[in-house]
Amino acid sequence: MRDVAVVGFAQRQMEEFDGSPTCVELLVPLFAECYEQTGWSRRDIGFWCSGSSDYLAGRSFSFVSAVDAIGVIPPVNESHVEMDLAWAMYEAWLKIQTGEVDTALVYAFGKASAGVLRRTLALQLEPYTMTPLWPDTVSLAGLQARAGIDAGLWDERAMAEVANRSLTDAEKNEYAIRKGGSSVEELLSRPRYADPLRKHDCSPVTDGAAAIVLAADDRAREVRDRPAWIGAISHYIDPISMGTRDLTRAPSAARAAAAVDLDGVELAELHAPFSHQELILRRELGLADDVRINPSGGALTSNPMFSAGGIRIGEAASRIWSGEVTKAVAHATSGPALQQNLLCTLEGKN
Amino acid sequence: MAKQPAAVVGVGQTHHRAKREDVSMAGLCREAIDRALLDANMSLDEIDAIVVGKAPDLFEGVMMPELFLAEALGAAGKPLLRVHTAGSVGGSTAIVASSLVQAGVHRKVLTVAYEKQSESNAMWALSVPLPFNMPVHAGAGGYFAPHVRSYIRRSEAPTHVGAIVAAKDRQNALKNPYAHLKNPDTTVESVLASQMLWDPIRYDETCPSSDGACALVIVSEDVAAASPNPAWIHGTVMRSEATTAAERDQVNPQASRDAAAALWKQAGITDPVEEIDAAEIYVPFSWFEPMWLESLGFAEENGGGWRLTESGATAMDGRLPVNCSGGVLSSNPIGASGMLRFGEAALQVRGAAGEHQVDGARRALGHAYGGGSQFFAMWVVGSEKPSN
Repeated sequence: MRDVAVVGFAQRQMEEFDGSPTCVELLVPLFAECYEQTGWSRRDIGFWCSGSSDYLAGRSFSFVSAVDAIGVIPPVNESHVEMDLAWAMYEAWLKIQTGEVDTALVYAFGKASAGVLRRTLALQLEPYTMTPLWPDTVSLAGLQARAGIDAGLWDERAMAEVANRSLTDAEKNEYAIRKGGSSVEELLSRPRYADPLRKHDCSPVTDGAAAIVLAADDRAREVRDRPAWIGAISHYIDPISMGTRDLTRAPSAARAAAAVDLDGVELAELHAPFSHQELILRRELGLADDVRINPSGGALTSNPMFSAGGIRIGEAASRIWSGEVTKAVAHATSGPALQQNLLCTLEGKN
Repeated sequence: MAKQPAAVVGVGQTHHRAKREDVSMAGLCREAIDRALLDANMSLDEIDAIVVGKAPDLFEGVMMPELFLAEALGAAGKPLLRVHTAGSVGGSTAIVASSLVQAGVHRKVLTVAYEKQSESNAMWALSVPLPFNMPVHAGAGGYFAPHVRSYIRRSEAPTHVGAIVAAKDRQNALKNPYAHLKNPDTTVESVLASQMLWDPIRYDETCPSSDGACALVIVSEDVAAASPNPAWIHGTVMRSEATTAAERDQVNPQASRDAAAALWKQAGITDPVEEIDAAEIYVPFSWFEPMWLESLGFAEENGGGWRLTESGATAMDGRLPVNCSGGVLSSNPIGASGMLRFGEAALQVRGAAGEHQVDGARRALGHAYGGGSQFFAMWVVGSEKPSN
């Protein structure tokens, strides 16, 4: 395998983006930031790959106009996944591994505020028997949280602890749209939103976009003194059916954890859109108690659809560049109730 | 580490129809997958990873359908990727699947692309009004007709060349048991007599709207050793350009020319018309055969394409047989159409194309394009292991 590192990262997250659903206006400044960080122009990029969803944009081919943000004359080597940024990055990592290219810029975007997100996501379910019932994302997550409480695996206090830590950490994240910790008692005194979930147990509807730059070998060393080298990327999917899978587990996350080396991980950025999902993931990954979780504030404080998973990778990489940590793991999820999971380990070796 | 050799050892497709009401989306995909696995002499359990491709989710009305399909596709507990690059998606999906093997990450990859247009309404899905965007309204034919007109004017093409392509592809489809359209009576004259839809495109010069799927099994060198007839991947390429720009040439887009040049170089091909034995080119409207022949470098610009077609060179017994399967003009499950081109190219070099086999085909082109002639995906497959 070639040594490939994350060498650039830019993000924007907001409650409501006043622009097109393809976020072209948002992508242009993100790319500019990536060029500034790397000292490159778009002609230095060997491969482009984006992640987005037509249903979120309310139109077909939403990625087509997003390509305009690149400025694709002359033409570029480009692809798109109907998935989160983390999987777009995986496709780019593969392309670099084939030896065809040495660099890649991957990006993703989503304007979740344009519709009613919890309803839109019901369209991800089995179309013949589930979607007609319109079970929304928050309610499904509530069932998952309840299953864990009933099984004695966690309680509402443990969930509030996750939320309080996230909201406190988000105070230092300029991009977080929900922030401000208080106390576990205060959070528990707030009303329930989708029993047993309170609003702070659920990620906020977030608009946003993000971009990540990858480079191989010396191209990475040219850009940063301490590139965030990708140790391994692993991802798996579970069946969607809510009735037959154990909602308190995420077997695909455990499987991904077994395929990467988590020894010595100091920091984990976990893409958990609901507080109890962080508890599930910590268990599936077998993370030690001293592993720092989500210093960015995580998805509970801003969760832009289709870039939030990739943002976890960018946040972890940033802390490797700065020397804050030497080994980190980033996680991305997709589908209802942690159906699909990806892990990426990053190291600051020289 | 250098690029690892990869080969197609299994190709499967559905019977393509306007409405496959006998199967669900999962059933449609499994029909293609099961045939591909049978061809590869492999079981689903042996597969390491699955790559799914399809055109817009609005075509079936399900957001990211691969999530609900995961279990039916045999992906539960495995890595699953979902590619979407407009009309070129079937080709791009096959390329992403190949890169999983070429990168040395997996040894046995299954890829499937499908469209079940009858579940929803593609015309509606393509006509959602967009703020600040010029409405197309007229559908794909209305969009592409001016490009065709421009080609005819530039190249001084006789107006019956499109009909030659349509009659050829419909006759070829009679030799393909999976093809959607089976019109034995189609001739150049009958095509010319059909209704004009978007001048100069007549009804019989357009592709149908199909339900269908295609699946490929792509494997590493050591696994391919067990196959009696692997189709080795000699080159893959993807290129994209902008939708609208004053300097764009929609008749012969730069992304297409760049992609072809990069592909021939990768595959070590210097004279495509001599070195390629069969081509499966994405031709949704008949005139795109001569247009792409020029853009791909099979013929001189501004007329070489229609002269090649008119001479009969692109017929099954010609110098460069094009779309022996009947092509997109005979079956068009949009998301799968590109993969069908890639898969049919593989069948040709494996000597497994049945009645529409080109004798002794050793190297073949698979081609797909999408959007407003702006996204391109292509590959060259060969019966011999690549030397590069």
